[in-house]
Amino acid sequence: MANVLINVPRQAKRGEVIEIKTLVSHPMETGYRRDQLGREMPRDIVRRFVCTYNGTEVFRADLHPAISANPFIVFSTVATESGTLTFRWTGDNGFSMTESAAITVD
Amino acid sequence: MRRLCVALGAIALAVSAFAAEIPPSDRRSGYDFMSRETRAMQDDDTANPGMLSVLEGGTLWTRKAGGAGKACADCHGDARTSMKGVAARHPSFDAARGRPVNLEQRINACRVDRQGTPPLAYESRELLALSAYVARQSRGRPIEIAVDARTQPFLDAGRATFHRRQGQLNLSCSQCHDDQWGRSLAGNTIPQAHPTGYPIYRLEWQAVGSLQRRLRNCFVGLRAEAYEYGAPELVDLELFLMWRARGMTFEAPAVRP
Ligand code: HEC
Ligand code: HEC
Repeated sequence: MANVLINVPRQAKRGEVIEIKTLVSHPMETGYRRDQLGREMPRDIVRRFVCTYNGTEVFRADLHPAISANPFIVFSTVATESGTLTFRWTGDNGFSMTESAAITVD
Repeated sequence: MRRLCVALGAIALAVSAFAAEIPPSDRRSGYDFMSRETRAMQDDDTANPGMLSVLEGGTLWTRKAGGAGKACADCHGDARTSMKGVAARHPSFDAARGRPVNLEQRINACRVDRQGTPPLAYESRELLALSAYVARQSRGRPIEIAVDARTQPFLDAGRATFHRRQGQLNLSCSQCHDDQWGRSLAGNTIPQAHPTGYPIYRLEWQAVGSLQRRLRNCFVGLRAEAYEYGAPELVDLELFLMWRARGMTFEAPAVRP
């Protein structure tokens, strides 16, 4: 079960720089470890995170094996108009998570 | 001169083996020994990875399970009220078992006796999620451990374990946590071992874990054989540690390095 925590200001002034925090539950297994019986543990990581603002991409990150479990990604964008921020994580083994948050801009 | 130094050293160790309890005004949560960044991570519910487990626990709370087809919520209602303070007073005495049980065992008792489902394994994702969710409801509450004639022997057993030298290092828990707290051990600051925030998200584990997992780590650190999960010795130790932290503020899910 994947869980997500998102922190987006509910309201902002037009032109304001807003901070967005996202936390997704994911083991981020590097692919370099072995289990107790010496078997390789296959890589299982989030590969990409994308944030779109009313359909326009405003932030994107590629993730790699050295990134901790439960990646915490903080970034900023400019509040341009009221609408929806959509967050999407995709990765190994068909991992896909989508979450969204509404923002009012005045 | 050299012999004198050795003798003095021996006396110092002998004295520290009978360390006094930390006075209430000097007690500190492990939180106080953490870096500013790690404290900030714990303080922000959208940055604290332990909250992912709480979130999952909230989902499990309302999920029907077992032959009885009952969810935790069907009997306990809103956890925000029914579970308030519950984690802060566990381990607590269980009349049926004739001994104290910890929070995980209490939850599993409901799974087995009330829901008719098999118990969840210690450190399983689901048991950690349920205990994190229940523990979250005690955040900000004082730790209150009831001690009476029934629990006293278990508390004494826990205290004895805490003060007993053990393992290849032949150290007691008390020698670090009562005598040397605040000092460094390799890269770590030795905390006072108050279990104020369990289950915790430990950065070293990259995961949520129970107090027993943390205790087992310290046994391994002593190069002693760690008790199995759920062992009465570990529950007694939990009882003693919670009693030792009585009155301190509960802060689950805490983040620890
Ligand atoms: C050699 C010193 C040493 C001994 C002996 C020792 N510990 Fe620890 N303990 C530590 C250190 C250091 C930490 C912090 C770990 C870290 O940050 O990596 C710790 C952490 C803890 C914590 C977590 C506190 C928190 O804030 O969450 C508990 C509880 C604990 N120890 C209990 C025990 C018990 C019980 C024993 C005896 C079985 C014991 N320790 C023996 C050094 C010690
Ligand atoms: C069929 C009803 C029922 C269900 C379902 C149930 N419980 Fe309980 N639970 C009880 C009763 C009754 C008690 C108190 C009596 C006792 O001590 O056994 C209790 C006690 C507890 C306590 C201790 C409360 C305290 O004040 O010390 C906890 C914690 C708890 N339950 C958690 C859970 C969780 C978590 C679930 C779901 C996995 C659950 N329960 C499911 C009936 C239920």
